[in-house]
Amino acid sequence: MIAENIVHFARVLRSAGMAVGPDRVLAAMTAIEQVGLDRRDDVHAALSAVMLDRHEQQTIFDAAFDAFWRDPKLLEQLMYLLLPKISGRGDKITPSRSNRLAEALAAPRKPDPPNPANNTADEELSFDTTFTFSERERLQQADFESMTSAEFELAKKIAEHLPLPIVPVIRRRHEAARRGTLDLRSTMQRMARQPQTLTPSFTRARREPPTLVVLLDISGSMERYARLLLHYVHGLTRRYLKVHTLVFGTRLTNITRSLRHRDPDIALQHADSQVQDWKGGTRIASCLAEFNKTWARRLLGSNAALLLMTDGLDRDDQGDLAHAAAQLRRSANQIVWLNPLLRFDGFEPRAAGVRALLPNVDLFLPVHNLASLADLARALRTPAVSPASLLNRPTHS
Amino acid sequence: MTTKPLTLPDSVDAVIALLATEAYVCDRRLATALFLSLKLARPLFLEGEPGVGKTELAKTLAAALHTALLRVQCYEGLDIAQTAYEWNVARQMIEIRLAEAAHAVQDEGGRERLAHSLYARSMLIERPLLQALTQPQSPVLLIDELDRADEPFDAFLLEVLAENQITIPEYGTVKAVAPPFTIITSNRTREIHDALKRRCLYHWVDFPSLERELEIVRLKAPGAADRLYVQVVEFVQRMRKLDLFKAPGVAETIDWTNALVALNTIRLDPATVHDTLGVLLKYQDDIVKLQSGDTAKLLDELKARALLD
Repeated sequence: MIAENIVHFARVLRSAGMAVGPDRVLAAMTAIEQVGLDRRDDVHAALSAVMLDRHEQQTIFDAAFDAFWRDPKLLEQLMYLLLPKISGRGDKITPSRSNRLAEALAAPRKPDPPNPANNTADEELSFDTTFTFSERERLQQADFESMTSAEFELAKKIAEHLPLPIVPVIRRRHEAARRGTLDLRSTMQRMARQPQTLTPSFTRARREPPTLVVLLDISGSMERYARLLLHYVHGLTRRYLKVHTLVFGTRLTNITRSLRHRDPDIALQHADSQVQDWKGGTRIASCLAEFNKTWARRLLGSNAALLLMTDGLDRDDQGDLAHAAAQLRRSANQIVWLNPLLRFDGFEPRAAGVRALLPNVDLFLPVHNLASLADLARALRTPAVSPASLLNRPTHS
Repeated sequence: MTTKPLTLPDSVDAVIALLATEAYVCDRRLATALFLSLKLARPLFLEGEPGVGKTELAKTLAAALHTALLRVQCYEGLDIAQTAYEWNVARQMIEIRLAEAAHAVQDEGGRERLAHSLYARSMLIERPLLQALTQPQSPVLLIDELDRADEPFDAFLLEVLAENQITIPEYGTVKAVAPPFTIITSNRTREIHDALKRRCLYHWVDFPSLERELEIVRLKAPGAADRLYVQVVEFVQRMRKLDLFKAPGVAETIDWTNALVALNTIRLDPATVHDTLGVLLKYQDDIVKLQSGDTAKLLDELKARALLD
């Protein structure tokens, strides 16, 4: 009877998106055996000790527990009504995925008929549907904002494969190397294997890319760029484990887990369904302040680098952007600001938001086209860029 | 050390009573988690803000059970040599020289014998994790601030936590004589891998309620006036509700009370609070925020509730 109830309860939690596997169900049964069923708070504490992974899950767990202890049947029905959207993994997305799927399944298409609105751009495209070098070249210079949708698709594919934009940092952990510090243990192992010879082995401090935290502005003014940058970030997340992504417009949302999906379309759709403020206004100051408060300490440990992708146009009259940015500066190892507005040669930091952010970043770079994304990767991977020189020369041309 | 078997508490209430013998005030949820961890022989993973008594719990448990406490303090780059075991390379070298001098490595058999003696158990230097497995009586193993170590260390811990054993490539597997009671703490400066959490019981240590904090401060910082305790705890509890970068933990409350006692404070007043804020708050922004008005507001609230005369 108890077993049945626990299995049932675990199912409810699973449908609410918590990873409660059979191992936890077994552990839960033993736990209940130990604490007994006399006290409701003991049962609650026991089950949450066994079934939770993160503090954030406690709210869902509490709600489910309350309802379940009142009436298990009712709860399941409620969940069924409320949760079909978050339930199965991936099934929700099938309809919208068909876009790309349909494209893949369709017979090879003839070159696109020229689009009357964008004649010149499409003429160039219609010569070859394959992705030639020259086209890539041209595409790389085009501003995201003025790209046709076909060009944009191609740009997305390139963006997926651009390299990680940060310099590896030296860790305290060592790895085997050709020269460096003598590794006695390993040398001894070699000697034990071949007592006649003495071949020393060495280690050196490991170099690895630090944790990368991406803060991406998805407000109205950033829309086109944000799409492409998300593809870029998805590519990074797939290739490097330690990339955390938060997007902000009027509020801050952590979409790291969504972006872990292999498929870019599924990943972005997952992210989409999580984010509620696409193309809305921007409240940079309050979002940065919230990041400082709830995420900075959790994500910015161990020499993390922070990529801030925003145009710096703040519509927040409440917050103190300079203060939030200064606080951010103190917790991140390096802050790189990618600004699409830098495409204008005469860009001057006039907007109040830009002026507040600028003194608190290490690097300030344009990202309005693919070439600059690639440049960015190159620039950031070469160490020793003096922040001071950049601060004096904020109008990057 | 005596090797009589440990008597483990057999109920949640017994756990609370056990910890109380060492002056640790523990809420029922935490006691349940600890009780289960002892009973099911699963590590207890404690997460929470700094200064809420996570490390203290492990120390108290060891003291209350009269058993050894083995502690691994985590930091970046921590590796097996510092936490689990290390081969005594100097001794190994001497061993080789001695064998050579005695002409004991002339033939195949001699070499085999030498290789064997090089990786004998006596050549191992035990570090806390291995020590935890070789104690005659179950010790308390504290893995403190795991979030400070890097991810590869999490992976290394999996075997120790789940199987209570360590595999040493040159030697074999060392299995626990008496499995340790493991307590892992984290301040959440990074997310610990799910695979590790899955092997543990999870508990989020929250700030204590007003009554419990009063009880703790009275126990840990004796010597203050009764009224002062109430004022201090009420003040700190209210302070945690403010929008601070880092809210003060219980450890800070205790420190603050001690500081106030040292300054011969009878009751809280703006000047004393102002001068001692550094004990409670560790960020300049927070201190400025409090000094520019919030202290007065909180003290007024206390006055309104007739806690402050």
